[in-house]
Amino acid sequence: MEPPAQFVHWMFATGFLLLGLCLLAKAFVGEEVWNRRAWRAYLWPSLLFAMGVLMWPVMVFFTNSTIHMLAHGSWAQVMMLAGAAELGLVRGKLHSPYWRLTMPLALSVSGTALLIHEQNGWLFARSAFLHHALGWTALVGAIFPLAAVFRPRSPVWSSGLALVLVVVAVMLYSDRDVAPIFGHLSPVAGEQHR
Amino acid sequence: MSTQLVTERAALRRSVRTLAISALGPLTMAGGVAWAFLQPYRITLLHPHGQGFWWLVIEPPLLVVLVGVGFALLVAPGLIADVEEAER
Repeated sequence: MEPPAQFVHWMFATGFLLLGLCLLAKAFVGEEVWNRRAWRAYLWPSLLFAMGVLMWPVMVFFTNSTIHMLAHGSWAQVMMLAGAAELGLVRGKLHSPYWRLTMPLALSVSGTALLIHEQNGWLFARSAFLHHALGWTALVGAIFPLAAVFRPRSPVWSSGLALVLVVVAVMLYSDRDVAPIFGHLSPVAGEQHR
Repeated sequence: MSTQLVTERAALRRSVRTLAISALGPLTMAGGVAWAFLQPYRITLLHPHGQGFWWLVIEPPLLVVLVGVGFALLVAPGLIADVEEAER
């Protein structure tokens, strides 16, 4: 009854899309207005933390190699860390704004893990292409939350992070278990799925 | 005169922000609907016979529409009210 990997990617894409929309709206209105209702202040950090927690069963049930397992484990940890740090800041348990560095850390660790654990070239299959594209997007996208730590009121840096998450969602929705990319599919990638 | 200008600019900024927030949900829904038209075979509810459980439950274009609906109904109205109240 386990879903094939592509369905799991689509479920996480849905989470990232919602996360991106929330952060985009937050960038539009500013932190003060966004945090006016307690449930809303907790919404996106809770979602991020929950996605980190849900990454653990993905690691356990869906990985078929050590490097794959380590990559999923690192995503789980950094998503939980970034979500928990933001929850702590919202709740008032944490005070230093430097806890927000956990977000660029999460993106850079995730991007690096994506790039390291993909052993095939860009055009091997669609999933390989997406691993490379997602990895570089996360690595470059880490600039936005990093800059937002030092310029927290800048809508450019805040909305940049939100758009990075929307792009991540689009790429995860594009994933298929075995599918060609721009007409290329390595003969050793396996039989194409629908 | 300058007070009037400031008031008008604040009203314009408020209307742009509320418009942007109220557009996020519908734009997301429109993206999901457009995807469904581009790849109708992804909507397995249209041809459910012989589909497996996961193919019927997880249909990406519908998930995108669902996120848009959820945002438009649950997040946007309260946020718009708070923006208007904050700038009043």
